[in-house]
Amino acid sequence: MATRYLEIRQGVLSKNDQLAAGLRERFARAALFVVNLVSSPGAGKTALLERMLAEMRAAGLQVAAVVGDLQTDNDARRLARSGAPVRQITTDGMCHLEADMLAGKLEGWDLDALDFLFIENVGNLVCPTWYDLGEDVRLVLLSVTEGEDKPLKYPVMFNSADVAVITKTDLAAACECDLDAMRANIRAVRPGMLIFETSAKTGAGLSELIAFLLAQRRAKYPAA
Amino acid sequence: MHELSIAASLVESVEQAARQAGAQRVTQVFLRLGALSGVAKDALLFGYDVATAGTLLEGSRLTIEDVAVVVHCDDCRRDVTLPSIQDFRCPVCGRPCAQIVAGRELEITGIEVEVADDVSLQAESA
Repeated sequence: MATRYLEIRQGVLSKNDQLAAGLRERFARAALFVVNLVSSPGAGKTALLERMLAEMRAAGLQVAAVVGDLQTDNDARRLARSGAPVRQITTDGMCHLEADMLAGKLEGWDLDALDFLFIENVGNLVCPTWYDLGEDVRLVLLSVTEGEDKPLKYPVMFNSADVAVITKTDLAAACECDLDAMRANIRAVRPGMLIFETSAKTGAGLSELIAFLLAQRRAKYPAA
Repeated sequence: MHELSIAASLVESVEQAARQAGAQRVTQVFLRLGALSGVAKDALLFGYDVATAGTLLEGSRLTIEDVAVVVHCDDCRRDVTLPSIQDFRCPVCGRPCAQIVAGRELEITGIEVEVADDVSLQAESA
């Protein structure tokens, strides 16, 4: 028996990364812009998405959503009220979505006919961090009820996201949320991060967020 | 305890590489772990023992090299190491730095394996 050293140089999650890269190519062929929403449980992903899907559909856009939860299909049923095609991934306790779970839910959808796909990840500010789903943009949501210092407590997730969305701004005064401090904490862990401030209840800030996503899609797919 | 699923992915990748090399057993795995990888070292070591049971890696050692977060500071015109992942300002001049040079690593760099002598010779002559 001989002992040998083998150099590998490979990411631990290379299997997921390869699958995600395959999905990203597939999305690109269909000129489909994909958004991954991450947040703690209860930050308002479903409420924001429900309203965004409805508004985007009203503007003539073809949108769809895949939603992940540990249990129940409650969120999928809520999102389906927008009229958009929606599918639920029930993870049975798993704390994040992986690329193969998403791939399995795309069967039968005509991706070419869609403009945007939203992925509502499992509510968790830790585990979804590492799992690339082939998205173009990762939105991290933070509600005003959660405390201004959440980005400092979960710097890895906030740093991994592209854009931050502060939600439930209609409750900011009642929660005595210091929005300046919240923005400063987001940018302490992700300098220069783009931040949107929204309320799914009043609709404030949604048109700005939708306009941003449309501009991103146009920049990526000028011909679409 | 996501570290257990990370450990399971690690074992899967290493087993595949070890089998390809004709290894009988894996004795050590070398991993680079960035401060921004978000993986807790102790939990990963615990998960490793669980995930390696009954595999080619059973009884092997996981050797972890910690990698600090390094950002590029445009004002200082050099790479600087951050003392904390709560504050992405240059520790020298205070400028916020968004460009990450290192610290996200969750990477297997290599493995130490036992191979039968004839396989070892074949590999060396190949």
